[in-house]
Amino acid sequence: MSNSLSAVNCNDVSIRYITGDFKDIGFKEYLMRKLTGNYHVTEFWADKNISFSLEEGDMLGIIGSNGAGKSTLLKAISGVMIPTRGTITTKGNIAALLELTAGFDGELTVRENTYLRGAMLGYTRDFMNDMYESIIEFAELEKFQDRPFKQLSSGMKSRLAFSIACLVNPDILILDEVLSVGDGAFRKKSGDKMKEILSGGVTGILVSHSTQQVRELCNKVLWLDHGNQVCFTDEVDLYLNAYEDFLINKKLPASYEDVQMMSERYLQKVELEREEKRAKQVAKLEKMIENEHVDVVDAAVNIIRKNRPELLKENA
Amino acid sequence: MNKIKKYKFLFEELVSRDFKEKYKRTVLGMAWSVLSPLLNLLVLVLVFTKLLGRNTPHYTIYIFCGTLIMAYFRESTRGGMRSLMANRSIINKINIPKYLFLLSNNVSSLINFSLTLCVFFVLCLADGIQFGWQFLMLPYAIVCLVMFNVGIGLILSACFVFFKDTSYLYDILLTLINYLSAIFYRIDSFSPNVQRLFLMNPLYCFIKYFRVIVIEGNIPSVQFHLLLLFYSLLSLAIGLLIYKKYNHKFLYYM
Repeated sequence: MSNSLSAVNCNDVSIRYITGDFKDIGFKEYLMRKLTGNYHVTEFWADKNISFSLEEGDMLGIIGSNGAGKSTLLKAISGVMIPTRGTITTKGNIAALLELTAGFDGELTVRENTYLRGAMLGYTRDFMNDMYESIIEFAELEKFQDRPFKQLSSGMKSRLAFSIACLVNPDILILDEVLSVGDGAFRKKSGDKMKEILSGGVTGILVSHSTQQVRELCNKVLWLDHGNQVCFTDEVDLYLNAYEDFLINKKLPASYEDVQMMSERYLQKVELEREEKRAKQVAKLEKMIENEHVDVVDAAVNIIRKNRPELLKENA
Repeated sequence: MNKIKKYKFLFEELVSRDFKEKYKRTVLGMAWSVLSPLLNLLVLVLVFTKLLGRNTPHYTIYIFCGTLIMAYFRESTRGGMRSLMANRSIINKINIPKYLFLLSNNVSSLINFSLTLCVFFVLCLADGIQFGWQFLMLPYAIVCLVMFNVGIGLILSACFVFFKDTSYLYDILLTLINYLSAIFYRIDSFSPNVQRLFLMNPLYCFIKYFRVIVIEGNIPSVQFHLLLLFYSLLSLAIGLLIYKKYNHKFLYYM
């Protein structure tokens, strides 16, 4: 097989999902509804004919609006769900962070939870013994090791989950909306860590609503819409521009020319916005000079101080 | 085999989690799990000794055989029933065999059972029961009982995933089984045909096995051994079949 070398290979995958009345109803209720013909189950295809393959070291960004089938696809890749049609092959150890704090136990301590999570991700006790210190250190939870998990703040919880998933060196890392954890400092740290991991040959899959994040981290993009694959491409910037345009105009591209057109339109819009902003600032500046009779330089400095304070710091 | 090795660490961690959760890390929690069946036993002895126990030798032990096995069965299957749903946030996100949760739950009930079993032996000693070679056969019944409980747990956990009122229905069923298992009464006053009907209740058979060995000092017949094995294999087979058939569907219901 020609694809046997790729880290993740998704071959014409379709996943049927069912929703309906069946959840949380009891046997009695089920019988009643069956008898009265009130029992409804709807089947729908959460993903239709998705195909892509990732090589080692690739970082895939999956984009698409709500209900596009992103999470379902991730579930299939991580093996939680089995695709209705098509095949998915993966190579190596998968660390799935579909939801950061799921699976932690409030009653157990931070230490015990770390080991439990490590075990769930498929590691041995010896390996966890070796890694434990650095995980706690990265999560900045040294002082909380023997506290019950439920006493941690939600930020701390996500930090721990993120640290475990990253530091255990998975072959494939699946991240669902998780990079936005913690405070600004930790976010920066986790972003850096992500980049470091990716440069180390890990294959990553990221679902994110932040196009900025996808641009920064990903070298391939899979765009889904209502279960359909709009594209799988390595022209990240072009397609993300088009995606941004789609978010505004709600129209999917039908061809490559469309994509280019949409990307162009988006860039023009960004340019336009920038222009408008600039014009606004100029107007402000002029007004200031007129009304307050301040020095032009002072006014400019004021504006810079307000909008780009870092420039002033560098000069000072 | 490879799979067992792969999930050994996880299994150990899950058992330790279930165990800690159960006893909340308190010595009292542990003591309570021994005390509670004893108190239960005390109530039954106080209530029924005058009524039914006059001509039953070792009546306290007679009842204890029943409560010991019933308590283990109840705890193990009830816990097993909930084990999948209780871990649904994990099952939903991480690809690990779901049966591990059921098994780890069963291990912690087994530990509890062993503790009670120790108390049981102490009480046997106090009641002047002769310990003989036949006691070495008890592990046979225990192994069968473990398999039986795992099988019932598998069946119930699948039912519970699909129908949330399984737990209420099962509680009613448990009460029924409790009264039908001859825990505090003897069955010799019934006609031979009715007595044979009791053999259709697996729980009664397990209790009977214990009583024959501990109180009567005999080893049950070969047929009786086979009967226990039959029940445990049947329950395990049905449980595994249901699990195999439906475990991919659980996800939609969680």
